[in-house]
Amino acid sequence: MTVSKQELAVAALRNGTVIDHIPSASLFKAVRILGIENLTGAVTIGYNLDSKKLGTKGIIKAADVFFPESTLNRIALIAPSAVVNIIRDYEVVEKFHVSLPDTIVGIVKCGNPKCITNNEPMRTRFHVVNRDDVTISCHYCSQVVKSIDAKII
Amino acid sequence: MNSHFTAMNSKSLVSISDIGRDEIMSLLDSARRFEENPNRRLLEGRVVATLFFEPSTRTRLSFETAVNRLGGRVIGFSDANTTSSSKGETLKDTIKMVSNYVDIIIMRHYLEGAARYASEVTDIPVINAGDGANQHPSQTMLDLYSIYKTQGTLENLTITLVGDLKYGRTVHSLLMAMRYFNPTFRFVACEELGMPKEYKIFCDENGIRYTEHRDFSPEVINTSDIIYMTRVQRERFADIMEYERVKDLYNLNSAMLTDARPNMRILHPLPRVNEIAQDVDDNPHAYYFEQARNGLYARQAIICRALGIEA
Repeated sequence: MTVSKQELAVAALRNGTVIDHIPSASLFKAVRILGIENLTGAVTIGYNLDSKKLGTKGIIKAADVFFPESTLNRIALIAPSAVVNIIRDYEVVEKFHVSLPDTIVGIVKCGNPKCITNNEPMRTRFHVVNRDDVTISCHYCSQVVKSIDAKII
Repeated sequence: MNSHFTAMNSKSLVSISDIGRDEIMSLLDSARRFEENPNRRLLEGRVVATLFFEPSTRTRLSFETAVNRLGGRVIGFSDANTTSSSKGETLKDTIKMVSNYVDIIIMRHYLEGAARYASEVTDIPVINAGDGANQHPSQTMLDLYSIYKTQGTLENLTITLVGDLKYGRTVHSLLMAMRYFNPTFRFVACEELGMPKEYKIFCDENGIRYTEHRDFSPEVINTSDIIYMTRVQRERFADIMEYERVKDLYNLNSAMLTDARPNMRILHPLPRVNEIAQDVDDNPHAYYFEQARNGLYARQAIICRALGIEA
């Protein structure tokens, strides 16, 4: 019953983007990465919804917004399971999994206090070193972190 | 928008992993020629900046001697307190300003990644002379040159690393640079200062053989081609009793070298404290002072490579 209500909520979007299957623990990080707080249109955020795959999940529904794919892929870092639905005129016209880029710029804060990125006004830059457990390495100081533990700027 | 990160400045040397096998061999060859004749006016008319945001007298003197012997001129500072960075100037601004004046920047910084960042904000070459606990590629090149010179090859050697293998950046960089040369490593350290897991994974991924030892035993010593000693520092230990227990376990004295291979040489990045007894200094296996001298030739080679000067 919950499921059908959710489906209804998704279908109710006329034009825009629905990002589904975000692990609950990553939902608000995803909100931050996508810059949702700067949007002016209607946004619905669902949190701790039932999910067969994830246990609980989060969902973001943004009306009249179509993010560039590179922006959407930024959330692969913390929500590799996320699925994007592009809605036009109540129809899902495109559906895809987010995919992790090789390099992640300006999203993750380096955990090493002696890293140059924590001491200069500059953007951070990480390279993905292991796609299976999403481990990333700082381009500058080489410190390695699992993205799930990474601090988002 | 990030294309400039890789496009510019390919002649910088920030990390030893920036260069491959061929470039390592060509630098060693060039170092050998500088050793034969260190006084060549290859840098006539060039100005080199040595920017030492933290003091390191040994490294700075070595680099500045390298420039002077090649006829170049040096500007710079040996302590950031005398510069605008003490007024809050960003590293980027300092590098941009200095780039207007010189042909190459040699820099040491207390922050990790500082040299990489500097190489991204200027189009003149940057040589990393140490960035915090991160990288110090000219040390690695002089280590490689010392090994090459004493063994006649870098291939198929057994290299024993002793002491602080956890925090010692020199042993980590050496390990990474040796991946092209089919080495066998021995890691001799106490539990607290053992080789970090990520470097053991690196060995596995690159087919590098290694064994780990708690004891600095005759068996280990007598089957090594190179013994690379490092200092065990008290401040690395949470438990001072543990430090007292292990501090002398990894010391080397002359009597331990009786049955060493004739070709075996002892290296140490210096400064040493008591991990190598004074009586080793006159032993034919001792090589650490010559190793430091090799730094001059390795650095001459690195500077000329960065400036695109055939040497």
